[in-house]
Amino acid sequence: MDAWALLIAATLNAGTLVALAALGLLINERAGVVNLGAEGMMLVAAIAGFAAAVHSGSDLVGFLSGIGAGALMALVFGALAVYLNTNQYATGLALSLFGAGFSAFVGQNYVQAKLGPRPAFAVPGLADIPFIGPALFKQHPLVYGAIALTALLAWGLTRTRAGLVLRAVGESPESAHALGYPVRRIRLLAVVAGGALCGLAGAYCSVIYTPLWVEGMIAGKGWIALALTSFATWRPARVLLGAYLFGGVTMLQFHLQGQGVQVASQFLSMLPYLATIVVLVLISRNEGFIRANMPASLGRPFHPGG
Amino acid sequence: MTPPRLELRRISKQYPGVKANDAVSLSVAPGEIHAVLGENGAGKSTLMKIIAGAVQADAGELLWDGAPRAPRSPAQARALGISMVYQHFSLFDSLTAAQNIWLGLDKAMTLDAVRARVRTLSAEYGLPLDPERPVHALSVGERQRVEILRALMTAPRLLILDEPTSVLTPQAVEALFVTLRRLADQGCAILYISHKLDEIRALCHRCTVLRAGRVTGEVDPRQESNASLSRLMIGAEPPRLAARAVREHAPARLQVSGLSLAPETPHGTALVDIALALRCGEILGLAGVSGNGQQELLRVLSGEDRRAERGVVTWIADDPSTDPSNDASNDPSNSRVAAGAVNRTTDLGPLGPAKRRALGLHHVPEERLGRGAVPSMSLAKNTLLTRREPVGRLGHVSTAKAAALARRLIERFGVRAAGPQAAARSLSGGNLQKFIMGREIDAAPKALIVAQPTWGVDVGAAAQIRAELLALRDAGCALLVVSEELDELFELSDRLVVMARGRLSPAIPVGQASVAQIGQWMSGLWDAPAGEGTHAEA
Amino acid sequence: MLKLEPRPQPSAAMSLASPLIALALTTLIGVAIFVALGKDPLQGLRMFFWEPLRNGYALGELGLKATPLVLIALGLAVAFRANVWNIGAEGQFVAGALAAGWVAMQADAGSTTLIVLPILLAGVLGGVAWASITAALRDRFHANEILVSLMLVYVAELLLQYLVYGPWKDPAGYNFPQTITFLPATQLPKLFTGTRLHIGVWIALAAVIGCWWLLMRSMAGFALQTGGIAPMAARYAGFSSRAALWGAMTLSGGLAGLAGALETAGPLGQLTPYVPVGYGFAAIIVAFVGRLHPVGIVLSGILMSMFYIGGELAQSRLGLPKAITGVFQGLLLFCLLACDTLIHYRVRRVAGLGVRGVDKEQR
Repeated sequence: MDAWALLIAATLNAGTLVALAALGLLINERAGVVNLGAEGMMLVAAIAGFAAAVHSGSDLVGFLSGIGAGALMALVFGALAVYLNTNQYATGLALSLFGAGFSAFVGQNYVQAKLGPRPAFAVPGLADIPFIGPALFKQHPLVYGAIALTALLAWGLTRTRAGLVLRAVGESPESAHALGYPVRRIRLLAVVAGGALCGLAGAYCSVIYTPLWVEGMIAGKGWIALALTSFATWRPARVLLGAYLFGGVTMLQFHLQGQGVQVASQFLSMLPYLATIVVLVLISRNEGFIRANMPASLGRPFHPGG
Repeated sequence: MTPPRLELRRISKQYPGVKANDAVSLSVAPGEIHAVLGENGAGKSTLMKIIAGAVQADAGELLWDGAPRAPRSPAQARALGISMVYQHFSLFDSLTAAQNIWLGLDKAMTLDAVRARVRTLSAEYGLPLDPERPVHALSVGERQRVEILRALMTAPRLLILDEPTSVLTPQAVEALFVTLRRLADQGCAILYISHKLDEIRALCHRCTVLRAGRVTGEVDPRQESNASLSRLMIGAEPPRLAARAVREHAPARLQVSGLSLAPETPHGTALVDIALALRCGEILGLAGVSGNGQQELLRVLSGEDRRAERGVVTWIADDPSTDPSNDASNDPSNSRVAAGAVNRTTDLGPLGPAKRRALGLHHVPEERLGRGAVPSMSLAKNTLLTRREPVGRLGHVSTAKAAALARRLIERFGVRAAGPQAAARSLSGGNLQKFIMGREIDAAPKALIVAQPTWGVDVGAAAQIRAELLALRDAGCALLVVSEELDELFELSDRLVVMARGRLSPAIPVGQASVAQIGQWMSGLWDAPAGEGTHAEA
Repeated sequence: MLKLEPRPQPSAAMSLASPLIALALTTLIGVAIFVALGKDPLQGLRMFFWEPLRNGYALGELGLKATPLVLIALGLAVAFRANVWNIGAEGQFVAGALAAGWVAMQADAGSTTLIVLPILLAGVLGGVAWASITAALRDRFHANEILVSLMLVYVAELLLQYLVYGPWKDPAGYNFPQTITFLPATQLPKLFTGTRLHIGVWIALAAVIGCWWLLMRSMAGFALQTGGIAPMAARYAGFSSRAALWGAMTLSGGLAGLAGALETAGPLGQLTPYVPVGYGFAAIIVAFVGRLHPVGIVLSGILMSMFYIGGELAQSRLGLPKAITGVFQGLLLFCLLACDTLIHYRVRRVAGLGVRGVDKEQR
């Protein structure tokens, strides 16, 4: 019984990591911009957050550094892709490649570093409920933060004017421009917000999830977060659910290894990636469905006055 | 005496290489419906942008209610009470009508307040619209209502409409005129931009005519004739094309029977039981408001959409051993060839565009840049889209032959371009259309399908294109011309057919058709063919 | 105030100049990084731009690294021009290496050098097979090829690890994760004594010529590129987008697999977990910096090899982490993308307040 509770708790933990990144990507994709640099931003944020936490001794400083790193990289991406109208895919890839190299470069000095003792969390009262307590209420605050963020985004996108404007820009930047909205500024803000959340996810990975630094430690979660946004048809609640599903698959792999299942560990490690492929296939099968739900201008550059 | 609501005095605007507006003067009184008439390129759009604050004039004055108040930005123009309904809508499909209107307003109103006001206004002005419907579910006419309601929400004192009727059936046009007259009666000034002479004469109190950036006249259109307005607009009577002999019993080249097809995309139009025949030496004109299935039909005919059942679209080749004029296939519902000759019909169903071109079926699409030609590629390379003459064995492309072909097209059709290596997007709209049209005509097609042949093309090029189409017809080609300009169809066609909501009307010889009847048919109001009663007069 | 104005026709001059300007910018930033790290920038410049060209052996090493980069980049150039974003070339590289390695392991005492042919062929087929998974999933299910091919990179790497830690482990290898060292017969014939350069260079040059013909002079290439630039025009012309997808994926997969085979039968001589060194990703940069043009790719492939060798030298002689290569590669691509804007846009000085929304308007 305990093992299941721990499994659920671990699933929430793993899912939160991807959820934060995917929610950030959802914001910029809703504005019509696809940022393939998620993996690179998360890697740089991971080392930035880790290094900051090591030097300052404070997790919070680590998180803020991660957010800053992600936002800064996203700003560079935005300057190129939104204002100079470079190819969004190529620019995002450049960001990922650069991020991989840069994080490895800076991280060389931190491979052996350790953070201070990791805090334990518990929601007072609720954490003592048998089974549900350890399963749900002993999480890091960011886990609950991710849920709150999901609710906030879901409400914001449908009920507030800012949310409608974001969706409008993503659907038809030309029309939004004709109505007088500063399309490029809105897109840039969305991109930076997305980068900040990816940065938070990266810092969460290196400070809380696996508190260490190893080159390439994000191991594809940035790409998985990208897949997740289309799988969830750009709806925040579905993103969160998908992230937890993914977290579940990841934890399943460890669980099976622990159980001594007679499959080589490498095949079990493939599970998250194979699961992502399956998910992509399932959601993309119905082309009309995807097209009806996708922000119509996703990936297309916008030229004001032209 | 009250000053005019809007007065322009000698407004000028220069762009690199072209003077868009040259000392244009204009005045509109409160409650007046004022037309701005001119061809494409006459300067209407620039003038409206100046009035709407999107562009600043180089010289001249703009007076509002008698005082100089040139708006420096669209927001300022809106604050004055100037509201514009553009030709191309700025709507977001995934949002509701009310949300769209809300986004278009400067004022801080709540969504609920907007919804309520929309309901009030739509009742008051006869513009039925449910504010909660998502825009993607609305018809084109309804979408225009959203735009108009958005403009009305700002309680405008000057309303500008840019080519509002290009997407409406004649009946919907009447409904719009009722709304506009009501608005004018309440004291709103209206600027109505159009090139449609009949509408201007029916609706407007005064008309300013622009040609090449200058005002050529300011008249009362109710006192003018189409001919006199036309003279002011283009400087001459519209060119008369030579009368031609109608060919009886022409053999069919392309036949469609019983074509029914679901749309490829959710916003498309389903085709229902389409039947038509393209005959050699004849132009079949297809009329209809865009969005009624024409694009879907053309995709089936050109081979881009091959989902139709087998046997529905057939091609009839010439039998070289018999005289084509003795061909027995003059009954469109029967594809049997004279007994004893080999059956030469081909089911086009599985054939793609390239194979259909090999048979002799060519197509000039509605979209030029991006479909008829690749914008960033040279004219020489663009010939390869539909012509295979420069391609040798193993797929090797001879760049010399492609350039020679492009050069020949440029010379024969008078295309103004820097040369065969010029990028397609460096050509003006009219010249690109001449090139694309020329590329297909030069292939000596046995059947040619043309969509919107002269849309956006200047008068001279348009006349040349129409003449080329008629020459092709005289040489025995079977043509299908799809156009939204009824005048053009009446000039070019031998027979006319109308498309509405995915269905095709019966075909009638052009001599028996009238604009009013075609207008009626464009709303889908034709009687079923063969055996049914007479149709009502318009 | 400066403003970006679209050009009526893309500037051919800027098309050639842009990579050079990007390289200059990257070099400037590189010098700054060296200074910031307390290393001598002149030494750094020498290591990256002079040492790799210094003598015959150095040139051989340059060619050795450039060969796989150029091969993969050629395939990627065709794919990117067709708007097929095969980002998982690294995975196809590994798959090719695995297939080639398996054939190499079948060699016995009686094998001659001819076994090289099936080894290389296996590499191509391995890459093609791996790329076909992505192609099939996009063809049948419209799955995004960027994400699928990327996920398959991780899967391929894990597969390699499984094989070298498990069934293919050399029993006499002291339990290290590696296969047997392949017999000398499987080695690619060398070109010159004194260098490690092998016949792969000729293969790469042949591929350059082949891809040039494909892209610039063949109808198939025209169809591919039209599909990439203007899909509606390609549909109008009757070009099959399915053929374009499969053609692009199998070609780029096959070339990446071939590169994997060349590495395995060449400098590596066995399979280890260190087979994937990122050539598949570096080739993306090579392709873009080379303007997606075969000749440009040769030049940018050589440049990228200089970055690799310079990085190794910087590690051994200046004590800098080898990852600095990755930093420079990423920087180069960034600068290139920024400079590329100038191909399509002109910088104009606009007097006073900019006029809103005005460019070449219709009257």
